[in-house]
Amino acid sequence: MTPINTETASILRVEKVRKEYGPKIAVDDVSFSMPPDAILGLLGPNGAGKTSLIRMITTITRPDSGQIYFEGQPLNSYHPTQIGYLPEERGLYKKMYVGEQLLYLARLKGLDKATATKRAKEWLEKFLLADQWSKKVEELSKGMQQQVQFIATVIHEPRLLILDEPFSGLDPVNTGRMREEIRRLRAEGTGIIFSTHRMEQVEEICQYIVLINQGRNILEGRVAQIRQDFREHRYQLVYRGELPTDLGDRYHITTAKPGELEIGLDPAQDSNALLHYLIKHNVEIQIFQEILPTLNDIFIRQVTQIS
Amino acid sequence: MKNLWLVIKREYITRVRRRAFILATLLTPLGLALFFVIVTFIFSYENDEVQRIAVIDEGNLFEGSLADQQGLYFNLEDAPLEELKQQLGEGEDAYSGILVVPEINNPRQANFSATFYSDAKLTIDLQEVLERRIERGLRAYKMESFELDEQLLAALDTDVRIGSRTLTAGEEEEEEDTSFAGEVGAIIGTAMGFIMYITVFVYGMMVMRSVMEEKTNRIVEVVVSSVRPFTLMLGKIIGVGAVGLTQVLAWAILIPALLFLAMLLFGFDAEGAQAMAEQQGTAMDQAEAQAFVDQAMAGLATVNWWLVVPSFFIYFLGGYFMYAALFAAVGSAMGDDLGEGQALTIPITIPVILAFYIMIAALRAPNSSMAVWSSLFPLFSPIVMPARLPFDPPFWQVGLSLLLLIAAAIGLVWVSGRIYRVGILNYGKKGSFKQMWKWFFMRD
Repeated sequence: MTPINTETASILRVEKVRKEYGPKIAVDDVSFSMPPDAILGLLGPNGAGKTSLIRMITTITRPDSGQIYFEGQPLNSYHPTQIGYLPEERGLYKKMYVGEQLLYLARLKGLDKATATKRAKEWLEKFLLADQWSKKVEELSKGMQQQVQFIATVIHEPRLLILDEPFSGLDPVNTGRMREEIRRLRAEGTGIIFSTHRMEQVEEICQYIVLINQGRNILEGRVAQIRQDFREHRYQLVYRGELPTDLGDRYHITTAKPGELEIGLDPAQDSNALLHYLIKHNVEIQIFQEILPTLNDIFIRQVTQIS
Repeated sequence: MKNLWLVIKREYITRVRRRAFILATLLTPLGLALFFVIVTFIFSYENDEVQRIAVIDEGNLFEGSLADQQGLYFNLEDAPLEELKQQLGEGEDAYSGILVVPEINNPRQANFSATFYSDAKLTIDLQEVLERRIERGLRAYKMESFELDEQLLAALDTDVRIGSRTLTAGEEEEEEDTSFAGEVGAIIGTAMGFIMYITVFVYGMMVMRSVMEEKTNRIVEVVVSSVRPFTLMLGKIIGVGAVGLTQVLAWAILIPALLFLAMLLFGFDAEGAQAMAEQQGTAMDQAEAQAFVDQAMAGLATVNWWLVVPSFFIYFLGGYFMYAALFAAVGSAMGDDLGEGQALTIPITIPVILAFYIMIAALRAPNSSMAVWSSLFPLFSPIVMPARLPFDPPFWQVGLSLLLLIAAAIGLVWVSGRIYRVGILNYGKKGSFKQMWKWFFMRD
């Protein structure tokens, strides 16, 4: 193996990757690079090509053209042991025992038996499942099965983790516990790709997103930046006192409730000028903030705009 | 390679420790032994019924003596029929029937009738015994009237048997076959063909179900991110094959052992067998039975085991791999609904069933052109050729057939692997042969 320079190479770089299934172009010239310090959200409507892309990253399939680099090296047969993949469509062997199942999946990823046993026990303890070791998977609740599945994904301490809808079927307590683990893994330097339809989760977890639609990468960047880019100059004002009577003439008020307004500014108008104007008229301002579009809004706008 | 081993191990261990497997492996021989015991019991059961039969021998055909046999006592009576009829009944001294054998008028008469009086209807068993007794008496009587010598008469019938000598190419000395070689060969051939047939079906289907299960449970998504689909399929086929071998081996040991045990415990004694044979009219004396066994053993000895056993093993593996791979490909194309996908298995099951019937035909004519061509064609050869093996088929045929089989097995495993790798990750579309054709050509 050639030495890997993890300092400079991104964990994952996708370069002009293309994949066709018959007449259908599943992935069409997609390029992106994982930023070193962020959890990457891979978003897109159903059938956008996310699964096709992930299958190429996990070496299940190969791109028709383009190249995928893992820590600077083109993907090879060693890399699957460095990747942990939690597919959206997932399952376990129902008749196998929990411990045995974890050992099997861990050893397929190249761990030796002793290490696999040790780690499986540690992880089960962490998720309060230590007493489930010799239970059959089918005897576990759905939430427990999900957690076992998650353990199987991370047990070989992958450099890159791909999580597709990891929280589906989990109660809030377990969701919190798993989210905690994801943060911890990120902090330890694991590259994480997070794929979901739940935009509020993306905003909470991801700092960087790649939005795929109809096989193409249509939007990419830091979440904060993207929200700025899509700003609509809308401001929320919560106040006490009397508003100046000519406010409605000077500014466009989109919604008005007692004590609360939503104001849309023209690109030429300045938010500071609005603030000055309000202060001058003795309006007691409790909250004044810009309303940035949610990722959900941006997602819907981008996807419907194209199709 | 390491992953292949892990997959094989998982497939094997999770199956072998399943309760259903253990039960099937143990209970099948037990069931057979039990069946054997019950059948023996049923046959020996009839013996405890005792019948006393009065015989009015009007022509003195039996010359004053009529031997008893198990459960059957004969009394030659001079009393008139009407008086004897009073004694018919259930009691200790009562008769269960009266046989009236009329006087014989003409030694040349070919038909003869006697009358049996009884409260109950004459049973088939008893009818046979009585008829045979009278026939024997008539025969003795006729021989005496014609002044025939028993030995001369015996000399009239000649026991003809054809001893076949196989001229094996390159071998100077000819081995003399016993007359039994053909039968023994047929039995071994049938057994091997039948084992192949069952194995292909049972374990091929097991591979298919296992593929479907992984696909519908979506485990396969997780596993193929660590293992190449081809490795997974191959591991599954080998693992299930090992399960099959385990079961067949367990049966090969347990069935004879339990049958032997049953014989010891429940007295399948020679006497019982003799009685059984006698009742069926195929009495065989000790010497004859011994000769039969000797000939059978000699027949077994003429089989070229050094050819039969290893070739059977290769046919077994080749046939299993070929069909199991096809079943795996079909399983990967099936959706969640087994019933819907059943149609896809038809093209696989048809050659197996055809091969089975060709095998039966090949046993009668092991060198017919149909037998020869079918034993070369890879989809048929694993079932047809083992049946021909005990009949010493030409060496080039065995060699060519093995070569074609191995090539076909490797080829079909490869083809199935290509279909499988796409099929297992395809949920939406209903599987069809058109789909499978496309999948085969699809790039990785």
